[in-house]
Amino acid sequence: MSKLRVLVGTKKGAFILTADGNRKRWKVSGPFFAGWELYHLKGSPVDPDRLYASQTSGWFGQMIQRSNDGGKTWEAVGNEFKYEGVPGTHKWYDGTQHPWEFKRIWHLEPSLTDPDTVYAGAEDAAMFRTVDGGRTWQELPGLRDAKGHLWQPGAGGMGLHTIVLDPSDANRIYIAISAAGAFRTDDAGKTWKPINRGLKSQFELPDPDAEVGHCVHRIAMHKARPGVLFMQKHWDVMRTDNAGDSWQEVSGNLPTDFGFPIDVHAHEPETIYVVPIKSDSEHFPLDGKLRVYRSRTGGNDWEALTKGLPQKDCYVNVLRDAMSVDSLEPSGIYFGTTGGQVYASADSGDTWKAIVHDLPAVLSVEVQTLS
Amino acid sequence: MIRVVLPYHLRTLARVEGEVQLEVAGPPTLASAFDALEARFPVLRGTIRDHATLRRRPFVRFFACKEDLSLEPPETRLPDEVAAGVEPLLIIGAMAGG
Repeated sequence: MSKLRVLVGTKKGAFILTADGNRKRWKVSGPFFAGWELYHLKGSPVDPDRLYASQTSGWFGQMIQRSNDGGKTWEAVGNEFKYEGVPGTHKWYDGTQHPWEFKRIWHLEPSLTDPDTVYAGAEDAAMFRTVDGGRTWQELPGLRDAKGHLWQPGAGGMGLHTIVLDPSDANRIYIAISAAGAFRTDDAGKTWKPINRGLKSQFELPDPDAEVGHCVHRIAMHKARPGVLFMQKHWDVMRTDNAGDSWQEVSGNLPTDFGFPIDVHAHEPETIYVVPIKSDSEHFPLDGKLRVYRSRTGGNDWEALTKGLPQKDCYVNVLRDAMSVDSLEPSGIYFGTTGGQVYASADSGDTWKAIVHDLPAVLSVEVQTLS
Repeated sequence: MIRVVLPYHLRTLARVEGEVQLEVAGPPTLASAFDALEARFPVLRGTIRDHATLRRRPFVRFFACKEDLSLEPPETRLPDEVAAGVEPLLIIGAMAGG
């Protein structure tokens, strides 16, 4: 029987939740790295027991942890993230230029083919890669040539939070950066271009044709349709059918189109999930009702999924890296909240149950479907 | 031999309990103490001082013999009591919220 392993990063440590394929009884392990912020944990698709974790602290900086046994034991690997060459500058809050400064790793994306190769998204925004299992990290500096001098941090920091690897083309990678936008490389990271045409950010960016500066919150792809991407922007849910060359809004009948995570059903490339949040000023669900919205049409037509989710007095947030799907049949959907719950649905979102209630604020959720 | 007291999270990273004892060649300074500490526990590189600049991380402080050495330059000689192993060098996570 299949097994599930859910990797949960929180503000105060990491937790690993495991269950068999029935997805009914969950065992909680942890906290690992107690007291540290675990921005993200993710396993290698080709060696699922090889896990990587981004462990950070305002006091002691950045650590990267690696496990070779599915999270039973961990070893610290390389934590030196050095910008290539002269780091240069980006735009600062007052409009002046400001030097790039490494703060933390927001997201780790293991290669689809090699367990020793991992991409890391940094704040201040940059892309790093290891090819030796995390011992050493090198920047892919071409990304910051994509108008990096115009990138300007938002209130949440200028983090590179999304890395999407194209399963059909090893040279193509999509990334997204808070308050800078989405970018694509077609040459394995040497050169990058902004892919933000069609995004509208009229309150943040007066120029309707601005190439960068859009606050992209998350991008998701179904592996069977690598040219189709779905985006939760600061406001607006968007899709592209041409690998990001142009985007169309698909917010449709959502009650609010502000939010953070977005994900795609494991077996239905046009079934997508978002968690609408009231507004950029009030980061909690509308009317105190925690509702996941599902579209089975790739956007525009959305239905509220509420069974098993709190429908009154709920004022948590769901952060951008805190949603994931398993690949069982039917597909399971998981998300974590800033209130410390991890909710799971074993029926593609029709019904939900909290599989753990009282963790620290959840920063990230990744599900591994193990055979 | 000098004695160094690490904060809880760095003891966990280094997998040590209690104080750390280090051999430092010559009269110990802040820099040579940290060099010896990082040589013995490479996992601590980057957690006390920046990798590239070797500057103290903002919310890490250094104390010895009831004196705050955090703002002293790296070549500052440690007090005689620390050099003699009578008093420890304290590495502290500053009170800074969270």
